[in-house]
Amino acid sequence: MRRTLGRKILIHALLLPFLVFALFPFYHMAITSLKQDRELYDRKAVPLLIRQGPTLEHYTKLLWDTAFLTWTKNSLVVTGLATSVSVVIGTFAAYALARMRFFGVSSFGTGIFVTYLVPTSLLFLPLAQVVNWLGLGDSKWALVVTYPTFLVPFCTWLLMGYFRTVPKEVEECAMVDGATRIQALFRIVLPIAIPGLVCAILFAFTLSWNEFIYALTFTSSSDQFTASVGVTSELIRGDIYYWGSLMAGAVLGSVPIVIIYVFFLDYYVSGLTAGAVK
Amino acid sequence: MAISDLELAHPVRRTGFRPRLREMLDRESFLGPLFISPALLLIALLVAYPFGMAIYLALSNAFIGRPSTFIGLRNFINLWDNDTFRQTFQNAFVFTGISVAFKLVLGVSLALLLNEALWFKRLIRGAVLLPWVIPTALSTLGWWWMFNSLYSVVNWTGIAMGLLDPPGPNWLGQKYYAMAAVVLVNIWRGLPFFAITILAGLVAIPKDLYEAAETDGAGAGRRFWYVTLPLLKPVLAIVVLFSTIFTFSEFNIVYVLTHGGPINATHLFATLSRQIGLESGRIGEGAAISLYLFPVLMFVVWAQLRFVRRQAN
Repeated sequence: MRRTLGRKILIHALLLPFLVFALFPFYHMAITSLKQDRELYDRKAVPLLIRQGPTLEHYTKLLWDTAFLTWTKNSLVVTGLATSVSVVIGTFAAYALARMRFFGVSSFGTGIFVTYLVPTSLLFLPLAQVVNWLGLGDSKWALVVTYPTFLVPFCTWLLMGYFRTVPKEVEECAMVDGATRIQALFRIVLPIAIPGLVCAILFAFTLSWNEFIYALTFTSSSDQFTASVGVTSELIRGDIYYWGSLMAGAVLGSVPIVIIYVFFLDYYVSGLTAGAVK
Repeated sequence: MAISDLELAHPVRRTGFRPRLREMLDRESFLGPLFISPALLLIALLVAYPFGMAIYLALSNAFIGRPSTFIGLRNFINLWDNDTFRQTFQNAFVFTGISVAFKLVLGVSLALLLNEALWFKRLIRGAVLLPWVIPTALSTLGWWWMFNSLYSVVNWTGIAMGLLDPPGPNWLGQKYYAMAAVVLVNIWRGLPFFAITILAGLVAIPKDLYEAAETDGAGAGRRFWYVTLPLLKPVLAIVVLFSTIFTFSEFNIVYVLTHGGPINATHLFATLSRQIGLESGRIGEGAAISLYLFPVLMFVVWAQLRFVRRQAN
């Protein structure tokens, strides 16, 4: 008994450096955003603590003196729309891949897999031109249109794995009883695959909220920026950095994701492994 | 659709438009292509077509706002005379090699620890996964501040612990330190993916294998080497392949932390391609640089498909 307790303590002690490594940047970001400038730029002060009292001035400055609220709204609009469209398109494609046999289905599967692996940094230059031709240059709508290029393959791949775990017999029973294929999909398969759908929605939301290179390339006016782009480009002017507000922006820009994350942690864990391993 | 459509006693009619449509919708050769057509259209228009365009641009002397002419492989060849590009090429391999190696070793260690009986199991897993969930561009801003030349908390801590001589290195201003910084942030950001995926692989290993090994007198080290590692190999291979392609094509961390500097010491293909293609306007050359990512992508796809097929057999 004592041996197992000792071992347990040792395991936790070994985990500690990993936890500090993972969490310290967030801690430091948060306390920087709450410090008064006087303490922030005092080279003799201890950077790990707030000793001269916290302040919200960086947050008020961020919210009222910059377009941060607009950027957040843009992020929500883009993420919401891109996620919904991608999950719907991905659901149909995944069902076809998981259940149906028709001409070209296996090449389509390979195509989806290859697209899934294409990094966004490979195609942003020509996509910028496509976006201009579509008349969406310097617009957040360009992001709504282009984010599905990486979200759809991801959702399809993830959902295909979930659909395959639904026993075929359940569906066949329904069809013998007179349900059409589409009814079978909506009334039998989808309800069983709800955890998979939740996973797909969560990951699509996270991936598009965190997307950076397309947002940076396809938008150039402040009122079209997403949160990540706005905070990284507008709060840095020349050599003067507003570190307090910058960190406040980094904290607030992460809040929506953190809230979702806290509620759906288990889905993240299972989805992360499903996406990669299945 | 009404619930009545599902009823058993519904009479079957053979004429009219709706029954015919219904019959067609039940045929896989019709419904299948219909189901995949939105995804197919999207991929054709916004992935395949831009990819073709990337190749065309790379073979031309395209410049923003100017008609372009075909110049063959000259962009790809000329790049080799460019010191910045040669430096970038080297950086990409150094960055990817070191990052992936560290993520693998640390990822396996962390997964082994997480696989033990833990207090606050859910909380710990949540904390470990956090860096992967937060927008990279924003968390990298936090690291940027941590590496600030005047107020670096990394240096402050190092000096306080007696590990560094004051004033400590100027992390983002010196060549090797800057590379170390971007590698460190990449490891920080990528480690959760390794740890959680490998953990899933660990959980799947049957417990009785360990019991059998233990009764045969194998110690912890031998059990890890002869039971855990061989059974973990498929998961490790997939995680490494995945991570290789996404580390190789990394953009966010370098763009925010160093912008490729100092003196191009941390440029990767993606950041250089953006700088040349957009900031300098030489789109053709920029496209050629980003296409250097393609062979790596192809290799990973090939290896994964081969691997998946072998698993399936």
